Amino acid sequence: MLTTTVYPYILNERSVFISLEDVMTHTDDAVAPEQEHFDALIADDSRIEPRDWMPEAYRKTLTRQISQHAHSEIIGMQPEANWITRAPSLKRKSILMAKVQDEAGHGLYLYSSAETLGTPRPVLNDQLLTGRAKYSSIFNYPARTWADMGAIGWLVDGAAICNQVPLCRASYGPYGRAMVRICKEESFHQRQGWEILYELSHGTDAQKKMAQDAVDRFYGPALQMFGPPDADSPNSQQSMAWNIKRFSNDELRQRFVDMIVPQAEALGLTLPDPDLVWNEERQHYDYGELDWDEFMSVIKGRGPCSVQRMKRRREAHENGAWVREAAAAYAERQAARAAEAANHEDHETETAPSSQRPAAQLIGA
Amino acid sequence: MSTFASQESATKISAGESISSESIAESGATASEDVAQYAMRLGDDALILSQRLGWWIARAPELEEDIALSNIALDLIGHARFLLTYAGTAWNKSEDDLAYFRPEEEFRSCRLVEQENGDFGQTIARQLIFSMYQYELYKALAESSDPTLAAIADKAVKEVEYHVDHASQWILRLGLGTEESRRRIAAGLEYMWPYVEELFTDDELIDRLDGVAVRPSSLEEAAMRGIRSVLAEAELEVPEVAQARLTSEVRDGSYSEHRGYILAEMQSLARQHPGATW
Repeated sequence: MLTTTVYPYILNERSVFISLEDVMTHTDDAVAPEQEHFDALIADDSRIEPRDWMPEAYRKTLTRQISQHAHSEIIGMQPEANWITRAPSLKRKSILMAKVQDEAGHGLYLYSSAETLGTPRPVLNDQLLTGRAKYSSIFNYPARTWADMGAIGWLVDGAAICNQVPLCRASYGPYGRAMVRICKEESFHQRQGWEILYELSHGTDAQKKMAQDAVDRFYGPALQMFGPPDADSPNSQQSMAWNIKRFSNDELRQRFVDMIVPQAEALGLTLPDPDLVWNEERQHYDYGELDWDEFMSVIKGRGPCSVQRMKRRREAHENGAWVREAAAAYAERQAARAAEAANHEDHETETAPSSQRPAAQLIGA
Repeated sequence: MSTFASQESATKISAGESISSESIAESGATASEDVAQYAMRLGDDALILSQRLGWWIARAPELEEDIALSNIALDLIGHARFLLTYAGTAWNKSEDDLAYFRPEEEFRSCRLVEQENGDFGQTIARQLIFSMYQYELYKALAESSDPTLAAIADKAVKEVEYHVDHASQWILRLGLGTEESRRRIAAGLEYMWPYVEELFTDDELIDRLDGVAVRPSSLEEAAMRGIRSVLAEAELEVPEVAQARLTSEVRDGSYSEHRGYILAEMQSLARQHPGATW
């Protein structure tokens, strides 16, 4: 167990088991020069690439962190997809669909990035479906009203950005590069969320009430997205030493609180924390104690929508099995046909060496 | 058309230029009653199909397909916004007035797009039929004498070309994939087939809009050739099922039982807050 706090989403203490034996050629027993090279790259704040040797624990930590981020994107599509068919204007419907589509795209970049560490996407997906891998607990809360689309964009994506911007400099190259693209889109999402709340908070009384209610419900869980307080997160140190994590949970949470207080004022909405007050000495906002019992209980699968979210993901996977099987069977058929055609051509020409034709065999594969 | 590009144009909209529903609203182009009715038909088809496809997001067989189906839904809602905005110029109504505050019987969508998603095969069957039809429609409409309709169609046809490709690629995979996929896509095609004829049915509105609207019957040959050719390649039969007759002389009076449910969901929030902005 390397870290209880993972950036940008939260992990359970239980680690995800990955059978590294299957996918790794290197182990920690590898010769010292490799470890030296790795350490030097980290010391230089340079990038580790998939071809580089890396300690098993580094590979495992990253695989878990990246795949859990991917799972969070995928499960995170659900609360927002809940409002696509009911979005109150065509413009909002269109923006929301584009946003949920972006999240599927983020999931894809991240799964691809995790795959470069040696674990294939179906294995990662299976870890999600069987409950061995976790995703951000925030998505286990219901999106009951349209204003939740605003609160999720502003607070949840806002917290994700605070978490993710430093990750663009994560020591693992494919992860850092994926995060650059993701952050650009996330900041767009956050602005859209803020704009939804702005319209509501400057709208009718019913709309204002809806906006305030959404902020009241999402504020606490959004602050918890940064993970437990530093004192309860002793293993974050290793991630920081590896230049994966750059700031502690509490540092990032503070940055987020400082960012949203003036934004909430601009919205004309209040944040549901009586202890929220500017501290002149610290030059930061103080904020109240968060409900960590609730947090732990949601992480352990007792979130209001935990069962529902997993059920829907499993159903989508199961209902799509026949489609994926058909696509695989078709690809095989096409590959066999291409091979047959190439073979036939061989017999006809008997001149060109077969090594010149591997591309033809890949078509449709 | 480029000959006139430097000349002053009656509207700001012309083929080949980027358009948005805002630019249509601000262009000064005003649809006549008949043109508005026509634009509303096409816009409603796009809107209802987008609404149907939106359901698939976070439910598709693969992540890539969540992205593909939402992309198609996004293209369609874009078309709907252009067309409804243009239609609304006739009555001083916005796209949202038309989408959210028109009652069921005033929608003009065809029955095909209203049909239930069913399984992925059923959805893809609808996509194949509708995309082939819509591709031929927009291709012809890009030559419309109405510059706004022509500009909308010119932009949309490029997108629909991909929708045709997406549906065709899936028809091949499902038709030639496994026994189960073959059975399911065949069932999907049978389910959707009764509503094909309606797409190619002319009526008086079309007669009155000669040169502006595309005559649906003129699209049948090319669209059906496209559909038959994909089905043949996928070794699938063209379904032999009866066509569902229209319940009224004109397309505008016929719609499915599904429409009410689609609109009840789509319009519910907007109608709880009449006059609100979002």
